[in-house]
Amino acid sequence: MNAALKTTWGPIALAALAALAVCWFLPATLELFALINATVFVSMAILALSLALVWGYGGILCFGQAAFFGLGGYTYAVAAINFGDTTGAVPLAILVPAGFALLLGYFLFYGRISDVYLGVITLTVTLILFKFINSTASDIWTIGTAPLGGFNGIPMTPPLNFPGDMTAMLMPDQIFVLAVIGLFLCYAIAKLILASHFGRVVVAVKENELRAELLGYDVRLYKLIIFTVGGAMAGLAGMFFANCVFVSPTMFSLSYSGQIIIWVIVGGLGTLVGPVIGCILLQMLTNWAGTLEVIDPNLVLGAILVIAVLLLPKGLLPTITGLIRRGDRS
Amino acid sequence: MSAMLETSGLTMRFGGVVAVDRVDVKIHEGELRCLIGPNGAGKSTFFKCLTGQYKPTSGTVHLREHDVTGWDSFAIARLGVGIKTQVPSVFDGLTVRDSVLIAARRRYGAILARKRTDEVLGRIGIEDIAGKPVGLLSHGSRQLVELATVVASEPDLIILDEPTAGMTAEETARTAALIRQLNERHAIVVVEHDMQFIRSIAKTVTVFHQGRVLIEDKVDVVLNDPVVRDVYLGKEPIRAAVGRVAA
Amino acid sequence: MDLALIVLLQIVTSIAMLALISLGLAVIFGMMRVINLAHGEFLMLGAYAAILATGHGVNLWVSMLLVAPVSVAIVGVVVERLIIRRLYGRMIDTMLATWGLSLALIGLVTMILGNTNTGFSAPLGSIAIGGFRMSGYELFLILFTAVLLAVVFVVFRFTRLGLIARGTMQNPDMAAALGIAPSTVYAVTFAVGAALSGLAGALIAPLAGVVPTMGTAYIAKAFITVITGGAAILAGTISASGLLGAVNTLGSFLATPVLGEVALLAAAIVLLRLLPRGITGRFLKGSL
Repeated sequence: MNAALKTTWGPIALAALAALAVCWFLPATLELFALINATVFVSMAILALSLALVWGYGGILCFGQAAFFGLGGYTYAVAAINFGDTTGAVPLAILVPAGFALLLGYFLFYGRISDVYLGVITLTVTLILFKFINSTASDIWTIGTAPLGGFNGIPMTPPLNFPGDMTAMLMPDQIFVLAVIGLFLCYAIAKLILASHFGRVVVAVKENELRAELLGYDVRLYKLIIFTVGGAMAGLAGMFFANCVFVSPTMFSLSYSGQIIIWVIVGGLGTLVGPVIGCILLQMLTNWAGTLEVIDPNLVLGAILVIAVLLLPKGLLPTITGLIRRGDRS
Repeated sequence: MSAMLETSGLTMRFGGVVAVDRVDVKIHEGELRCLIGPNGAGKSTFFKCLTGQYKPTSGTVHLREHDVTGWDSFAIARLGVGIKTQVPSVFDGLTVRDSVLIAARRRYGAILARKRTDEVLGRIGIEDIAGKPVGLLSHGSRQLVELATVVASEPDLIILDEPTAGMTAEETARTAALIRQLNERHAIVVVEHDMQFIRSIAKTVTVFHQGRVLIEDKVDVVLNDPVVRDVYLGKEPIRAAVGRVAA
Repeated sequence: MDLALIVLLQIVTSIAMLALISLGLAVIFGMMRVINLAHGEFLMLGAYAAILATGHGVNLWVSMLLVAPVSVAIVGVVVERLIIRRLYGRMIDTMLATWGLSLALIGLVTMILGNTNTGFSAPLGSIAIGGFRMSGYELFLILFTAVLLAVVFVVFRFTRLGLIARGTMQNPDMAAALGIAPSTVYAVTFAVGAALSGLAGALIAPLAGVVPTMGTAYIAKAFITVITGGAAILAGTISASGLLGAVNTLGSFLATPVLGEVALLAAAIVLLRLLPRGITGRFLKGSL
């Protein structure tokens, strides 16, 4: 019991405190534009968390986490335009990407496709979605009353309203608070999953697939479920992102998929908090690099990824905690 | 006495090579059976066909009333078969206790699994290292940890592929004692080529040679058989080795 | 009749293009088990090398067939020394590092040359087939790809270099036994793969339009082709591009180009579900 308190409920309580502090402090101090930007960061952090779970604990290197992110955003936008009310659009924005992850995952895991091929296939699926959405400029690509808009995306993505009351739109500070709650819930759910028997088996499968199989666990099923949970979280992230900006094909782009992986690897594979911190730090860095207009953000991201793989294979957080521990001992 | 595990006409081909050739083997409830044979005799391939890691080219594998030919490993394991591979297959990132707990939890509820874990750790004699990550242990200890995970779900049949590979003499002796002890509750199939070890545990021995069953009998009969001695102690391997060099 | 001929030629063009853009990747993957995610950017660099060279007055054919492959080969050697060499045997890390390289190259080229669409028009005019016209350059590409595949075959099959390369492919210790450091073989292989990618990039430039992000349009196709093909470099590339190129063109012809690409992907995924180790993992085993 004591151990569960230390490894699961303790961190969840700390995360709740941190979320409360952020919700209390940031909306009061940030200007509107900065607050919306902060909401984007939080939605990205949810995205980072989804891959941290799937890759760091499930051992599934998905190069296409952006596909679920984009699907979440587009599902939300299309559903909200059609319903006129966002109450039903939010669960759909989680369920559609989760369903897609389930379908894709079935092919990948039940086909027993190896790690490397899995990366390539998820990458390709994302690219195809990107190309497809890009090519939907003409009017025939309309779902209900929502035109997909091709490379322009859907500029009039409606913001969230109070559940059931389509006239009461949420203010940016309320959306920010919701996004932080979303991030906290995803973190808590991930922690609880990892503490459960199911989560332990997922980690065991990552450690040694053959052994897990020989002990009688159907590894395909465990991978499929954790992959689907990751897809659902990425969809939620896309929904929040759609609320701050608007949905466009870049949500499916290779550079998004790349960024997510960079956040996780820089923050630390096999931790949940590391990728969230890595995500926010790197977002700030690329935003800053973007304002310089001298250095291309892609160059910065790419260089960081190469250096992280070569020099910090364990990631920032584990490296720092490792250094601190070593410091303590001496 | 009815057969617990039975193969009939089991054959595994890789391209033109027949690694296992029409093998009929019967293992009874509670039996301790050793499968021996020189390198390349087909023991390991046969093992992988039994455990679902290979799908046999033809022939069948029956486990009690189930035809498990071509089943996935996890499904075979779920029928109550514990499988230990040749190279220790363990969870390097987990502690010894967590590894065994995961194995036990497949069959038992949370509380019972915990009890079972403590009991198994004691029975295999690894309580003292229960808190250590498996990745940091010596080869011999890893073998024992794997054995503990295999035993934890109380399988009716345990299949061990070269359980003493890479062990010290002392560890080998301990493993032999352990296998005899395990045999009081489980049927066991041991694939081995260490003759000393076989002598110390075996009752019935099946000898593989060139993918087929050469002989199957009581251990002292088999070990005194002149053909088995030839196969094992020289003639055949040397001829094969000469053939390879010439080619 | 003419229409049938045109469709047939379209299919053959599509197959040749797939083989052309995949060959460099296939050499690097087949020989070194390295998945080079910067492959698309190698194509892009080849295209830019050709454009810059023609801009400085070099003959178009010299730019495409000589300047592009040589410059990208040099880039390949540098990349192999600085990144790939440190990560041998760590397939996933290599993938990640080359992906980082891919992003960095896109950023670097955007910074230096700007994010504008450049290119040069296809030489060789067009040829009339009945009532239809076919680009002469596309016919040249088909022939050139066939010759290139033949040259690669001859080099691998009949030269000492090819023998060493095949030996290393089977078993890295083999090269050491022949008195050649495996690291040299890998460096040369990576450079050859990069050169082939640069050449392909320059050759598709007149048809594609050249932007810093052009690599992303080809990388998925190239990967799917190589992986569907399996371990054998030539047999895999040819069989996979034959199959997928046909699916792609028929899809585009019957529906839209985007659906053609979706059909390509779907075909590849179904194939991998049936043959997890690619076409040459099951058929044509042990071929080149």
